[in-house]
Amino acid sequence: MSILPPRGRPVRAIAVLVVAGLALAGCGSRVGDSGASGSPATSCVDTSGSTVKVGFLNSLSGTMAISEKTVHDSLALAAEQINAGGGVLGKKLQVVSEDGASEPTIFAEKATKLISSDCVAAVFGGWTSSSRKAMLPAFEGANSLLFYPVQYEGLEASPNIFYTGATTNQQIVPALDYLKQKGVKSLFLVGSDYVFPRTANKEIKAYAKANGIEVKGEEYAPLGYTDFATIVNKVKSAGAGAVFNTLNGDSNVAFFKEYRNAGLTPAAMPVVSVSIAEEEINGIGLDNVVGQLTAWNYYQTIDSPKNTAFVQAFKGKYGQNRVTSDPMEAAYTSVFLWKAIVEKAQSFKTDDIRKAAGGVSYDAPEGTVTVNGDNHHIAKTALIGKVGADSLIHTEWSSGAPIEPDPFLKNYDWAKGLTG
Amino acid sequence: MQALFSQLVAGLSLGSVLLLAALGLALTFGQMGVINMAHGEFMMAGAYTAFVAQGLIADAGTSLLLAIPLGFLVGGVMGVVLEATLIRRMYHRPLDTLLVTWGVSLILQQAARDIFGAPNVDVRAPSWLSGSVNIGVTHVPAARLFILVLAVGAVVGLSLLLKMTALGRRIRGVVQNRDLAETVGISTRSTDRLTFFIGSGLAGIAGVALTLLGSTGPTLGTSYIVDAFLVVVAGGIGQIKGAVIAAFGLGLLQATFEYSTTASVAKVMVFVVVVVFLQIRPQGIFSVRTRSLA
Repeated sequence: MSILPPRGRPVRAIAVLVVAGLALAGCGSRVGDSGASGSPATSCVDTSGSTVKVGFLNSLSGTMAISEKTVHDSLALAAEQINAGGGVLGKKLQVVSEDGASEPTIFAEKATKLISSDCVAAVFGGWTSSSRKAMLPAFEGANSLLFYPVQYEGLEASPNIFYTGATTNQQIVPALDYLKQKGVKSLFLVGSDYVFPRTANKEIKAYAKANGIEVKGEEYAPLGYTDFATIVNKVKSAGAGAVFNTLNGDSNVAFFKEYRNAGLTPAAMPVVSVSIAEEEINGIGLDNVVGQLTAWNYYQTIDSPKNTAFVQAFKGKYGQNRVTSDPMEAAYTSVFLWKAIVEKAQSFKTDDIRKAAGGVSYDAPEGTVTVNGDNHHIAKTALIGKVGADSLIHTEWSSGAPIEPDPFLKNYDWAKGLTG
Repeated sequence: MQALFSQLVAGLSLGSVLLLAALGLALTFGQMGVINMAHGEFMMAGAYTAFVAQGLIADAGTSLLLAIPLGFLVGGVMGVVLEATLIRRMYHRPLDTLLVTWGVSLILQQAARDIFGAPNVDVRAPSWLSGSVNIGVTHVPAARLFILVLAVGAVVGLSLLLKMTALGRRIRGVVQNRDLAETVGISTRSTDRLTFFIGSGLAGIAGVALTLLGSTGPTLGTSYIVDAFLVVVAGGIGQIKGAVIAAFGLGLLQATFEYSTTASVAKVMVFVVVVVFLQIRPQGIFSVRTRSLA
């Protein structure tokens, strides 16, 4: 008997199938498939007892678990602190945690479960735009609430979602303003090949055109791509003033290693990243990323009593080696914002909360944030940071005051005609 | 001209990465016919070996050089354990092997997550491997040059082993005709196990090398396993030289396509080229003519 099947053909055929299947699995994401159908429009939220249920929906498994677990941790810290302080309207929070498993369809399914079977008053979580877009119909259908804590590409404003991360005019536009102010005349755009980088780059190109900045190149790598030799070659030979990096996930590691190995330095050609926070620096390797720029609304190094307390509480609960990052802070803030809105409305009902939300502000670790009643985003201060030798990010430039959220970039002339 | 040479280097370098990733697979899949989906996780194990070695020995250069044989050992031992416990029982059931090893790969990924934590870890490159080397026409990143040398070394080593040693003759004998090999007194059991040890060990070495280029995390292997199978299938089952030519060919193709289009489009084009090529030549670049009766 041979271990090779006859002439080896079946094995080869299977291998080809496997290769093709894996390749497809890598690309497949089912955005927009929502599991929400027939959700009851009348809420089943029970606020008669001494507790109120809230849902945390983050990916605790799968590829996004790396990032979303940290958000889950800071949500749990916020709930713990609120309960220690007496709860919301005198009711203790009872947290129901669900795992979105890095799959948009599971996010939609679990959101429906939290809303109609657990009857939670609000859900906190989500990370990728595809998970948010998949959950959206569940929340709109049941008229329930989602607090979404991550910066995203804008061009959305659901009455049932509160966006506590930055929209583009609070992160990308300030980063471009900063580069322009620094005298950068040309840009090279590098991003992952999906909705956020492509939308962001559309906006960056419109900005560049209006501000006399030349875009010398635009390159996209598939998510998870690990060989950046060619892209870095292109960046190097284009010789732009700065690189605008919207890569997501592991690709950043390969990109920055290649960038440094090719002899490119932050002094000669800085890279501005919008997806690298404190959490990611150790994985990329400090040597590869030190001196590079990031654009966010929060850094662990912010010097304020509120932030010191937040960082200390977080490290106290989860360990001294843990760091705090922008999405974690936005998640932490989202729970306190919800509490503030509920207390203003004196009600847990979605419609009351929506009415009361406008103008509610909270003294967050990042500074004071205020809810915009029209688009449900929050006014945030933009910060450009530089990766320091201590593996933390230090503020290089600040917008000074909170920037009003403008998810559709209505107040920017150069953004006319942009669509998602 | 400069760009042309840079791309040539990029292509050769990508080829050497593919070759390292696929070389072990050329042995276990190509020669033994085992579809081992956990091959990528042996690479991951090699990468984490480099990380652990760096934790023990602070000097990045020493720990990297030490991690290469260690990674070979770690990958090899994991391979032997997998072979002895599971794969041995299903040599005649390729589909079952596929599913079982896929399951093993998921278990290993989760194990890595539990042991080392979900975030990626950083393996520092030694100072003599960061920066680039001037080769006259263009600059080559030192890490990529190192990987190229390592890949060539691995191929030469493996070829010598297969051609010159008694073990190599046994391996070739078993691959070409298992029954005849058995009748002349070769222990196919121990030969299979040794072959699997070497193949999986090569994955471990690949993992150590990959820490120089990309991220070290639980899913490191999954990014390379598809390309590794692609190289072996295109190269032809059962031939090391097929894998070498296929790896460099695909690397150069990818770099060329990527330079003129984009990374995503280039990947698709490479797949199309391979699919078309396999239509014309289903046996791959090279194939072994066996006298097997089975």
